[in-house]
Amino acid sequence: MAIFIETVLSGLMAGVMYALVALGFVLIFKASGIFNFAQGVMCLFAALTFAGIMEKTSVPWPIAFVLTVAVMVGVAWAVERFVLRHLVNQEPIILFMATIGLAYVLEGVGDIIWGSDVKVINIGLPSGAVDVLLDNFDIYLDKLEVFAALIAAVLVGFLAVFFQKTRIGRALRAVADDHQAALSVGISLQTIWVIVWSVAGFVALVAGIMWGAKSGVQFSLSLIALKALPVLILGGFTSIPGAIVGGLIIGVGEKLAEIYVGPMVGGAIENWFAYMLALAFLLFRPQGLFGEKIIERV
Amino acid sequence: MSETSASTILSVNNIEVIYNHVILVLKGVSLTVPEGGIVALLGANGAGKTTTLKAVSNLLHAERGDVTKGNIVFRGEEVQSLSPNDLVRRGCIQVMEGRHCFGHLTIEENLLTGAFTRRDGAAAIKASLEKVYTYFPRLRERRTSQAGYTSGGEQQMCAIGRALMSRPNMILLDEPSMGLAPQLVEEIFEIVKELNEKEGVSFLLAEQNTNIALRYATYGYILESGRIVLDGAAKALRENEDVKEFYLGVGGEGRKSFRNVKHYKRRKRWLA
Repeated sequence: MAIFIETVLSGLMAGVMYALVALGFVLIFKASGIFNFAQGVMCLFAALTFAGIMEKTSVPWPIAFVLTVAVMVGVAWAVERFVLRHLVNQEPIILFMATIGLAYVLEGVGDIIWGSDVKVINIGLPSGAVDVLLDNFDIYLDKLEVFAALIAAVLVGFLAVFFQKTRIGRALRAVADDHQAALSVGISLQTIWVIVWSVAGFVALVAGIMWGAKSGVQFSLSLIALKALPVLILGGFTSIPGAIVGGLIIGVGEKLAEIYVGPMVGGAIENWFAYMLALAFLLFRPQGLFGEKIIERV
Repeated sequence: MSETSASTILSVNNIEVIYNHVILVLKGVSLTVPEGGIVALLGANGAGKTTTLKAVSNLLHAERGDVTKGNIVFRGEEVQSLSPNDLVRRGCIQVMEGRHCFGHLTIEENLLTGAFTRRDGAAAIKASLEKVYTYFPRLRERRTSQAGYTSGGEQQMCAIGRALMSRPNMILLDEPSMGLAPQLVEEIFEIVKELNEKEGVSFLLAEQNTNIALRYATYGYILESGRIVLDGAAKALRENEDVKEFYLGVGGEGRKSFRNVKHYKRRKRWLA
């Protein structure tokens, strides 16, 4: 029984980490209808910048954090100015291709500025096992993961309020629904896009720090974006709660599958289980668990 | 028509619009809207009505269209180089053809997006919202429904109400009758008239439904393949034989064979 609980718990925690990455995707998709392929690289870039600033200038981490946020806002501005502005009203596939290009650019720039060696993020995040659980129930749970879960919860709460209750949030949703109509009522797409990419950059930074603290800042960080894809398909591309629940299901699912189904097929299920699950969802519920239904009036 | 005088809110002077650098859509269109007037822009499909409106509201740019000649003056200021949100701030807003409500937002949220450019505080916006609800009581009933699930008439009301939320001096209304039952069309036009009289909002309205447009407008322009071929006071246009025949569907001399129609040479005039 302890093994089962431990598996579920560690799955949940891994799920939170996936969800953090997926959140960035949802934000940009919700506000601009763009599937941002560069989100994973944004995590990498943000974490690299954060670690790089700390390494080179040895400022305390809150200052490095603020500086990195500023850099991500700069990135958002540049993306709008040099990419999106010229692609208003283009097909989604064209915007998608542009984000692939963006991924390569960001990756290259990150490499040039900060070098390609693995960096360590050490800002005194809690680590090690949660002692209470280990002593009493013999269950191993990493403090860092619990902390990540808390951060994710706060972020989600903040974003939900931001989207539902504020003027800017409403404008973001309006832009997601209909670019042209948003333009016609005087919403400036340029401003909105800078805002949403900045927020996505911020979320990427948080996710990047969590992942970086867990396994070091290295190129493979950008590949967790691929894990976020099934999370999105499960949760729905437009739903923030969906990203969270999707992340948790994928996290728990793949850990459980690895432990209980893995031995039957020779293991390594963890790597592809998420994609199989996503495939099944695509067949039966393409909008995901919480995605917005395509409104069809009859 | 008089030249740009004090009482003119909008004047479009001989504009030419080209899409994608190659497709010439408007070939020199000029028109003026007097302060507090309702001006109708009439014509068949593809005549250039929507393009004219979008040239004014500057939404053309998003569709790769460009005003290559002429100029547009709104309240004494040349506006071609402004962005759509600058124009909304200056009091000129477009209600697009086909309504374009934000489907996933509720009716009330839709209306509130119309106030995006305003900086005069929550109380003033709330007051405007109440005003919109008094003009469109139906919207109050549906305030919490997602706009995508409301009827066509409600969506049209929502689109007009949303534009009102920006406190405009002028609304560019594109094809408000599209896809609506005649009764509803009448209702919408009544509200347009009321807004014009009570709120002093000027309207430039593009319509295919010549009959109803000329009943509510004070002045009309008729567009044909990118040119204005006829203009005049709404009443005069209603009486005009050509308009009757081509747009109102009643021939001048009773029943006519279509064979004769084919040979009929249309009298045109070009406004420079």
